[in-house]
Amino acid sequence: MSDPRELYQQVIIEHNKKPRNYGDLEPCTHHAHGLNPLCGDDIVLKVVVADGVVQDLRFLGEGCAISKASSSLMTVNVKGKSLAEAELMVEQFRAMIRGTLDTAVQPNVLGRLSLFQNVKNLPSRVKCAVLPWATLHSALHGLETVSTE
Amino acid sequence: MTTQTALPLDVAQVRRDFPALCTPFHGQPLIYLDSAVSGLTPRPVVERVSHYQSFEHTNVHRGVSTLSQEATDRFEEAREKVRAFINAPSSTQIVWTRGTTESINLVAQTFGRQQVHAGDEILLSAMEHHSNIVPWQLLAEEKGARIRVIPMNDAGELILDGLEQLLTPRTRILGVTHVSNVLGTINPVKEIIRRAHAQGVPVLVDGAQGVPHLPVDVTDLDADFYAFSGHKLSGPTGIGVLYGRRELLEAMPPWQGGGSMILSVTWEKTTFCPPPTKFEAGTPAIAQAIGLGSAIDYLLGLGLDRVGAHEHALLAYATERLQGIPGLRIIGQAKAKASVLSFVLDGIHPHDIGSILDSEGIVVRAGHHCAQPVMQRLGIPATTRASFSYFNTREEIDALVSGILKVQEIFK
Repeated sequence: MSDPRELYQQVIIEHNKKPRNYGDLEPCTHHAHGLNPLCGDDIVLKVVVADGVVQDLRFLGEGCAISKASSSLMTVNVKGKSLAEAELMVEQFRAMIRGTLDTAVQPNVLGRLSLFQNVKNLPSRVKCAVLPWATLHSALHGLETVSTE
Repeated sequence: MTTQTALPLDVAQVRRDFPALCTPFHGQPLIYLDSAVSGLTPRPVVERVSHYQSFEHTNVHRGVSTLSQEATDRFEEAREKVRAFINAPSSTQIVWTRGTTESINLVAQTFGRQQVHAGDEILLSAMEHHSNIVPWQLLAEEKGARIRVIPMNDAGELILDGLEQLLTPRTRILGVTHVSNVLGTINPVKEIIRRAHAQGVPVLVDGAQGVPHLPVDVTDLDADFYAFSGHKLSGPTGIGVLYGRRELLEAMPPWQGGGSMILSVTWEKTTFCPPPTKFEAGTPAIAQAIGLGSAIDYLLGLGLDRVGAHEHALLAYATERLQGIPGLRIIGQAKAKASVLSFVLDGIHPHDIGSILDSEGIVVRAGHHCAQPVMQRLGIPATTRASFSYFNTREEIDALVSGILKVQEIFK
């Protein structure tokens, strides 16, 4: 078995203990509820988008260290990004966890989010890491629907 | 069995019957503390299933061939083993199902549909598994009936003081688990059944976690229905049992229709077999039933009293060791417990505990254990659960304790 410290790195432990951007955000322009029924991970993500940029986002909810740290680091890294950049991050994060993107050799916009790459070795935890990103995608997808009307 | 009490279980010998315990798993010994989720299968059961499937198999209750007759005999012998195991009056009261869940659904969809009407009540306990909640909710929704709940205290014991008030003239059935899969609580089902019967209410006992740990005597309990699964008894998956009181089984309508369960079929009218065949449409899980019979033989060969004594000693030792870990809280402190031990750690989610223990080769369950109302009652999202079987050792519990300390070290 792999050393659990490869996954539970200090950054993840620290963000689990003190999650950034944790709390409610009102008024918001977009929100989504992410649920991982198998584990019980449950997050509510609220986003403020203006001028095509994610101005602010916060999350609330219960979950394991992986989902909480993933949520926290996502908010830190997505804040201030354009919608296109945010969607690219969603896509690349998923690819990294699926094992189709090797952040060490392939160009990417994930930066320090690559510390979650070891999750791909723990299939039972993949959903925990991806949950906030899937929730962000849902929230932003709402924006697309709204903007086309 | 009583003649075997003189000697304790030879655990080292027993472990040699389990290939999974004798083979490195990802490079380290497998420490299996998850028998409440499913029992490991001992070699004699694997071999019995293999032998049946290799040499004895054809369909049962069909045709005149010697092969078919012998397959039918083996299949019905397994039913008789189950009958004796739970001391049912007759093997005609043993219905094969896919598992506990299907057994309960069968009762809800036949007995329930016949007996439960708008405004009626179904009484369940606060510590039921989803399998003894959802089938009743579906029925209640369909009929306009109401679910009521027997409460439990913080220790995880049912509060039975108000039972007579919960048993009203509208109560059509009471469903209760023999042993809680989360808390380990052994419920006083005999007393509950006696008091329900005094009000004329029949009782279904979910025995999924009961039969692996306790000697079960449905006649002594006076249970109306008793449901359990083969795989939690170290038998195959896909086979389970519904025991039912004879008059109830006879009065219940068929559930699924098809081959086997009929006496005669014409376009005008079909007549049905008596129980249990009435409830067994189609080709059953033959090898699995024979495998369950073999698993019962295996368990009886070890001696139920010796198994119980060993598991009880493991639970006492694990409780003492885990209580000594700062920041750990045991969930479920009932006076009467089977060898199921749930716990939470301050500030650490059970899934993280489960993953780190897994990296140490220790298999536990982390989550809500298909009992979300129990989690809601206790105000926790999930627990980590270690469950102990007759093949587990004190050394494995020591490894669990070391693993928990490692989790705390990583999260420090």
